Amino acid sequence: MSVPVSVRNLEKNFGRYPALKDVSLDVAAGELVALLGPSGSGKTTLLRAVAGLEQTDAGQVLFGDVDAGSLSLRERRIGFVFQHYALFRHMRVFDNIAFGLRARPRRTRPSEEEIRVRVTELLSLVQLEGLEQRYPAQLSGGQRQRVALARALAIEPRVLLLDEPFGALDARVRKDLRKWLKQLHRRTGHTTLFVTHDQDEAFELADRIAILNHGVIEQVGSADDILQRPATPFVASFIEGIGRKPGGVPLATAAE
Amino acid sequence: MAMSERLLPLAHQPERATSETGLTKAVLIAIAALFLCAILFLPLVMVFLEGFRKGTEVFLESFAEPDTQAAIRLTLLVAAIAVPFNAIVGLAAAWAIAKFEFRGKNLLLTMIDLPFSISPVISGLVYVLLFGAHGWLGPWLDRHDIEIIFAVPGIVLATVLVTFPFVARELIPLMQAQGTAEEEAALTLGASGWHTFFRVTLPNVKWALLYGVLLCNARAMGEFGAVSVVSGHIRGLTNTMPLHIEILYNEYNFVAAFAVASLLAGLALLTLVAKSLLEWRFAGELAASHRRH
Repeated sequence: MSVPVSVRNLEKNFGRYPALKDVSLDVAAGELVALLGPSGSGKTTLLRAVAGLEQTDAGQVLFGDVDAGSLSLRERRIGFVFQHYALFRHMRVFDNIAFGLRARPRRTRPSEEEIRVRVTELLSLVQLEGLEQRYPAQLSGGQRQRVALARALAIEPRVLLLDEPFGALDARVRKDLRKWLKQLHRRTGHTTLFVTHDQDEAFELADRIAILNHGVIEQVGSADDILQRPATPFVASFIEGIGRKPGGVPLATAAE
Repeated sequence: MAMSERLLPLAHQPERATSETGLTKAVLIAIAALFLCAILFLPLVMVFLEGFRKGTEVFLESFAEPDTQAAIRLTLLVAAIAVPFNAIVGLAAAWAIAKFEFRGKNLLLTMIDLPFSISPVISGLVYVLLFGAHGWLGPWLDRHDIEIIFAVPGIVLATVLVTFPFVARELIPLMQAQGTAEEEAALTLGASGWHTFFRVTLPNVKWALLYGVLLCNARAMGEFGAVSVVSGHIRGLTNTMPLHIEILYNEYNFVAAFAVASLLAGLALLTLVAKSLLEWRFAGELAASHRRH
């Protein structure tokens, strides 16, 4: 189901401002990778390029052995969770989640009965049973976030892409959802890329972390790798403070 | 007494910055009501009263006149062409402006506003200059036996031009505020462009679209200046309702003039009632679609 994703020498300019400079990244099937960096570092642009929402100037994105550039958005089959969720505001929760299934061409479209079963499954997966008749405006931030996730999972995506998944939530909900997302990933095993500017979030959730700055990946590695051997001065200063977290590596060790 | 309370914000009843005394509120409401009554409501009532001055029979007789019937038919025909056209083109223009970045976007925005800022008479004259007998394309049209000026096509063109901004203007701010995220979400979920448009974009703007169409329709039926220039005032052929009212009025046929005027006003009122009914009927859905995250 899940496929590995390779990004090869990606370049992207907005006018004269370079957003991505020769970015390469390999993500194994089922891996959970965080794109971490300050705002303007190019992390969201990279995520959108993988999704096919952003045209790139050079380079390649591979899903398995397939050049994603040759695929339409529909053929890419990615599950994208937007920063502000982008739920369809005029549709109830049920119809939001069912959207991707109903949008399929007639040949492959499941029957309404099959759609009902699938949506019910997803509602229980994201723990939102009983809310299917609500409109997005009637939900809390955390609930909207989970509807967005269920909607993305409905199309059985090969890759899951999350843009600042917890950015718009308050600290408590954030912590709960983080734990929950980690469990969900363990259960479903989607190849997942998520963007964050929150160091703690990245280090707690991800199998590996890619740290971006000014359109360049400064370092890719596991939490321990990065904490113990920051590759550049930028990485060293950017991860300052994480080491003090319980279970982490003390900062003094990391700086050596 | 009231003054001393104001000076002590920490007294028993803390006042909000926006709260006003009962008197201020009453005065403001009275001013607004009086103004609306004098400027809008009374003249409207007068139109109907004048129309019915010599009784219902005479009022109805005014509509038996073939020229009047022709004017009503022409007005409805023009609206039936101009409104759908402006709804579709306005939607397309609003979409282009709100959802894409391109060179000349500000120019396009300004051009959409142009019919609002120039006098309708000038809008009419432009077409006379273009298509009139002595206009740029006049001789060519004449050779091919195509009539635009002093004929129905000219009236439709002038009406389209004058009423173009209503739909686009209503949609642009809403579509800009909504952004493109929902469309992008639909596309990543595998929806085609058409599916995305009909299931996501259009439902999100349907109320604004409806308001725009209703306003556009009211103006299309009531347009006087531009249509007056291109129509030629041929009775029974190129007179719309507003033009016909003017002719009747100038001929001192006041009852007939006000009878037709009250029908025109009635159509406008009907539009407003339709809008209010729809708002009332779909109040819940309306609130849901306008609330922001």
